[in-house]
Amino acid sequence: MSAALALSPEVLAKYQPVIGLEVHVQLLTKTKAFCGCKNEYGGEPNTHVCPVCLGLPGALPVLNKQAVEYAVLAAKAIGCEIRETSIFSRKNYFYPDSPKGYQISQFDKPIAENGELIVPGFDAAGNAISKRIGITRLHMEEDAGKSLHDGFADSASRTYIDLNRCGTPLVEIVSEPDLRTADEVFEYLTKLKEILLYTGVSDCNMEEGSLRCDANVSVMLKSDWEARGTAAYGTKAEVKNVNSFRYIRAAVEYEIERQIGVIEDGGRVVQESRLWNNAEGRTYSMRSKEQAHDYRYFPEPDLPALVVGAEWQKNILSAMPELPEARRARLASEYGLSTQDAATLTTDRELGDFFQQAAALAKSPKRVAAILLSEITMRLRGGELVLGQSPVSLNGLVLAADLAEAGEISSKQLKQLLDSCFTESKDFAFIYDRDKPQQISDTSAIEAMIDEVIAANPAQVAQFKGGKRTVSAFFVGQVMKLSKGQANPALLNELVVKKLDA
Amino acid sequence: MPESPNALKSTVNNDLSTLTLAEARAAVVSGTTSATALAERYYERIAAVDPEINSYLALTKDRALAQAASVDAAVKSGAPLGPLAGVPIGIKDVLTLKGAPATAASKILNGYHPPYDATAVAKLEAAGAVLLGKLNCDEFAMGGSNENSAYGPVHNPRSLDRVPGGSSGGSAAAVAAGLCAASLGTDTGGSIRQPAAFCGVVGVLPTYGRVSRYGLIAFASSLDRIGPFAHSVADAATLLEVLAGTDTMDSTSSAQPVGSYSADLAKPVAGLRIGVPEEYFGEGLDPEIRAAIEKSLDDLRAAGCSIQKVSLPHTSYAVPTYYVLATAEASSNLSRMDGVRFGHRSAEANTLANMYRKSRDEAFGPEVKRRILLGTYVLSAGYYDAYYRKAQQVRTLLTRDFLTVFNDVDAIVCPVTPTPAWKLGEKTEDPIQMYLEDIYSVAASLAGICGMSVPCGTTKDGLPIGVQVLGKHFDESTMLRVGAAIEAAQVK
Ligand SMILES: [Zn+2]
Repeated sequence: MSAALALSPEVLAKYQPVIGLEVHVQLLTKTKAFCGCKNEYGGEPNTHVCPVCLGLPGALPVLNKQAVEYAVLAAKAIGCEIRETSIFSRKNYFYPDSPKGYQISQFDKPIAENGELIVPGFDAAGNAISKRIGITRLHMEEDAGKSLHDGFADSASRTYIDLNRCGTPLVEIVSEPDLRTADEVFEYLTKLKEILLYTGVSDCNMEEGSLRCDANVSVMLKSDWEARGTAAYGTKAEVKNVNSFRYIRAAVEYEIERQIGVIEDGGRVVQESRLWNNAEGRTYSMRSKEQAHDYRYFPEPDLPALVVGAEWQKNILSAMPELPEARRARLASEYGLSTQDAATLTTDRELGDFFQQAAALAKSPKRVAAILLSEITMRLRGGELVLGQSPVSLNGLVLAADLAEAGEISSKQLKQLLDSCFTESKDFAFIYDRDKPQQISDTSAIEAMIDEVIAANPAQVAQFKGGKRTVSAFFVGQVMKLSKGQANPALLNELVVKKLDA
Repeated sequence: MPESPNALKSTVNNDLSTLTLAEARAAVVSGTTSATALAERYYERIAAVDPEINSYLALTKDRALAQAASVDAAVKSGAPLGPLAGVPIGIKDVLTLKGAPATAASKILNGYHPPYDATAVAKLEAAGAVLLGKLNCDEFAMGGSNENSAYGPVHNPRSLDRVPGGSSGGSAAAVAAGLCAASLGTDTGGSIRQPAAFCGVVGVLPTYGRVSRYGLIAFASSLDRIGPFAHSVADAATLLEVLAGTDTMDSTSSAQPVGSYSADLAKPVAGLRIGVPEEYFGEGLDPEIRAAIEKSLDDLRAAGCSIQKVSLPHTSYAVPTYYVLATAEASSNLSRMDGVRFGHRSAEANTLANMYRKSRDEAFGPEVKRRILLGTYVLSAGYYDAYYRKAQQVRTLLTRDFLTVFNDVDAIVCPVTPTPAWKLGEKTEDPIQMYLEDIYSVAASLAGICGMSVPCGTTKDGLPIGVQVLGKHFDESTMLRVGAAIEAAQVK
């Protein structure tokens, strides 16, 4: 993705990148952070607005309780401590989509601090390890509106402003500079998103901007790092405006190489904000004026201190779902699933919930997991559907699993039935009732076919008689083929062994 | 009492010049007059007199007459009538009235018509008040003389060549001149109490949080308060009872129960302990004012109060502390006046930075610019600790001064201002001197306690003198009782 800079692996290996992330997450509250306007993506420009979020003179902010509760949930889910009394501050800057001339944010007393995420990574020797990434803080703030620079007849000379988004509640999650590679950045973001989706406080939709990420990147010589520790940290550049995890990985990768290139050429890295240009696969410096900001933070006098006492915290945390890590471990031990299957089932909360409900009703949870993870998932992906759009209902999945488990349908029949479900958009029970496979459960009919196969394969019979009992599977397969997949598999198994032993 | 030779003289509906809120309501309720007729008479007087005073920036005649008509209909039908039924009231132009101009006396809000009512304004109207119009003031309530209005200074009706005080100069002058029966002003560092003293009317600063600030165009959010001007303490008590109370639109409004201010006025003051802070009687206090205050203290003693000296040791830090904190907040509050969505936008602007710079440069007055600069400076990186943080610490000490004194006394009595109203133009060249005039008013502002100014005499030149009564947080009742006792002694 990133434009090649042609630095040799030896040069790259001399340097140690240091990366910290700032992630902005919009909260899915019913109303905005400080007013009663609908908190909804889109809408006709400037229709979800009122005197408060328009920043009209005389209007005052009133904090949305649900936003606080969501912030606390998110904070706890990433292991933060909650500060019982936090303070809102004003971050002062002029920009047309920030109507008050300041953003209500939190500064020196944020609502939460000291969290962590554990992400997969590699040690120096290349061994897979779990890596702890510290989270400095999670604080609450409000989103700005949008400046629309393009798309109007007079866009060459005018900028339009849509303030619908203005006042949307955000949490900003700031990591420690603990990340060392672009891959770790990707893993961190994936993990963070997975957890936040579980808590339900955000939809983390990057296309709609409900999750946004800036990366602070610097590099230093490893030899310097060994000699001086954190004092050796290089000058950092902030990479902004990246709207997918893949691009962030590319942008960070590019930025690391760019900075190494600058230093190798005898230059110095400048502290600045850089924009990622996806089409060109490189970052660009924003105007340096951007850096001169003094935000003049001071406590927001229109809002009293936010107190989240023990009682309220307890109430909020009662809504905390089981988080993916814990669920993964539990599913593995409770249902005997493989680590891989447990992990796949828990990547999103909905899939995990669906599995658990089905597992509780079906005879074999493992069978449910197998069907869900292969047959259903594959067909959903093929039809570009999400789980909620699947034609196979919870009961449909349970029925399919139970039939397969009992050997009443073969795996081939199961596949055929599910294909029909997806092509016709009909639930499994309906398709099964209609197309119920004509299973051959007539013992004499199956025995006749077995005899035929035995007669045609004397060599395999000899193997069996010689003690290689697994050869029975060959006969089962052959008979199944002969029956066009319709022989009752359980009965068939039993009869094949009986015949061969006879 | 002597009257200044330059006092307002008029014969147009002159009876209105002393008409109290209580009298106005009684006349409407009894049918002696109608709310409509009364409002019309006020508008006649405004047309005749206000060119000399310049107290109104806009008249809201349509809305006022519609409200008057509905009060009249209620009188006719015998429907219940509010405590302000038919009472004509003026509103300081920093408060929003839906659809009416709200300039805050600044050019930068030229043409801006807010789409909503301030809570205080809505409460007055719900109580039956007839809102006559928007009153002049210092630009964004910044000033102590009303000379900082972009729409010209207000003249003191008691002496037309003098300032009415500020920033609520229009609110004080309009009541004093009989251009409304009562008015709303705002007080950040003395902006109700000082003009009330200069114009010889009653002005009340409620406890911070007592009256919702929703719809008050902010100067300094942690200090701004809305309060009434009236001809009498009883009128002010009636208004405060209507205005007070919590508001879901203002997170800094208090849920403390609202007192029965009017009913409590009947309680005798005998036995109340009155504190007299020595720091408020030092050098620079005009001898005539000192004498008038001492006379009021004698009156209170005669009414059975005990008078004792108290000390507010951090008083001398109040003015600098106030100017650090108030300007810091102001610099941020005024950022929304950016020419983007409303108000003045420079015709010269050709870039974004230019739009901000030129719009604000062209439309803010010099005092507002001075305070934005000062406030921006004290919040800047490297200066925050030395100025803003330090001032917050001193604010705590100043508040503690009052809390300590209020352990021993029920109210404090002291001067409002060191001098009576000065001549227009006399002090405009020296902003520091102007700031120092706030010496007796800003400490109470920083502490959040309630206060009021009550007329207590005139100078030999006929200039009004006010006495300041300060009360505990949310103890407006006791403060108003003391004020009423001082007022009663004047009438005798
Ligand atoms: Zn809104």
